[in-house]
Amino acid sequence: MSHVLSLRCKECSREYPVEALNVCDFCFGPLEVVYDLVSIAKATSREKISSGPNSLWRYADFLPAEHNSAVDINAGFTPLIRSRGLAERLGLDELWIKNDSVNPSYSFKDRVVAVAAAKALEFGFDTIACASTGNLACAVAAVAARSGLKSYVFIPSNLEAGKVLGAAIYRPTMVAIDGSYDDVNRLCSELADSYPWAFVNINVRPFYADGSKTLGYEVAEQLGWRAPDHAVAPSASGAMFTKIYQGLKEFEATGLISDVHTKMHSAQARGCSPIATAYEEGRFVIRPVKPNSLASSLAIGNPADGYYALKVIERSGGSAVIAEENEIADGVKLLAETEGIFTEGAGGVAITGLKHLVETGKIKRNESVVVYITGNGLKTTELVADVVSPLHIEPSVEAFEAAMAVRAGR
Amino acid sequence: MKTIEKVRFTFLDKLIKEPVIHKVGRDFNVVTNIRRADIQDGIGWVILEIEGDQQSIEDAMEWVRSLGVRVDPAVGDVVEG
Repeated sequence: MSHVLSLRCKECSREYPVEALNVCDFCFGPLEVVYDLVSIAKATSREKISSGPNSLWRYADFLPAEHNSAVDINAGFTPLIRSRGLAERLGLDELWIKNDSVNPSYSFKDRVVAVAAAKALEFGFDTIACASTGNLACAVAAVAARSGLKSYVFIPSNLEAGKVLGAAIYRPTMVAIDGSYDDVNRLCSELADSYPWAFVNINVRPFYADGSKTLGYEVAEQLGWRAPDHAVAPSASGAMFTKIYQGLKEFEATGLISDVHTKMHSAQARGCSPIATAYEEGRFVIRPVKPNSLASSLAIGNPADGYYALKVIERSGGSAVIAEENEIADGVKLLAETEGIFTEGAGGVAITGLKHLVETGKIKRNESVVVYITGNGLKTTELVADVVSPLHIEPSVEAFEAAMAVRAGR
Repeated sequence: MKTIEKVRFTFLDKLIKEPVIHKVGRDFNVVTNIRRADIQDGIGWVILEIEGDQQSIEDAMEWVRSLGVRVDPAVGDVVEG
């Protein structure tokens, strides 16, 4: 049963009916879903959640759409791994890695699209769409393939091959747009106003965004029903970052966990860091930028939820941190070498950000930390192509042993 | 045909003092309607609705950009990762 009461403007608090709306008519502020947390508290329990499906739908009481198997590709309930090698390397006693790169289409976007698509069906849409630099396109196309919904994905024409293929394989109508980032943005805004589709991150954005709350719920459940001292997550639009915190706070408000003291840390890459730059300058005004980053999935120059991400940082006592562009691949490699997890550039930003937070003393050795890895490295292999340097030998044992001797410096 | 666009202007430094929105309405035959704004030290933004024919709006936006004002969709970027 849905516990949704209404939509509400995050700026002026005007309320709206539960429809495919994302912007307040009066102040153009973003709308968010309002839940009846008292009713959720009565309906939910740790036992009920634990016996639910091994997907994000185990938290259905907290979501704005009913579980619909037609659009369910089993997103969510991804592993939370206790780190050994990386923790030791960074000097942390309790580091956890939320590996969301193993979702069905290999990024956390499966969560938000799962909820958006379920809601789109409830609203009677027959088409879902998105404008994406990769991961979102993959998720939309995959969910559409499963559900029979039609799908349109709009991508910049210079996208990495792995991400294009990762979406194209599901056979959406894929449109590659020639032009600048701003051109793509403008065109997709116009299309969203013109076509009767569920543009997942536009007209059904309030519902879509709430799929990311499950990243907060899952971590709390997987930690044994508690919140960590710190959470480190990469930020693009800032929506996921704010929703992780909302998820933790909702679990607290409904009595499932207590004492949410988690400090939220947002990581961005130097080439697109509007949220972290505003944080460093001590202001709550986001200055939009033209993205130019190797972490393409974080390349959002005018983040819709940037202001709210800054408020979460302030409220939680967290921070924002910047990874230099030449540190991103190093972060990807460090995670791979120490934990056996291959992430994309956004993960490299998160790992580098975590490293800086430890180095600057914002995270202490004895504190519990969760770092969110939100996308898979196999879609952006170009970023770390330099690691491929095998030993070339003749097909003989002698050649192998000679090569080993050279490698050992003998 | 009349078009309505929701945009955000971001101003930096000295541009904060310029009556940009007034000139947009006066010189480009469009109607502006401010919905929300914030001005702080060194930076300010205004979210507004602009109504007019498509070409007039495009001309106005191009002129605003030429001043060094950043123009974005009011709801933030719609392209996502």
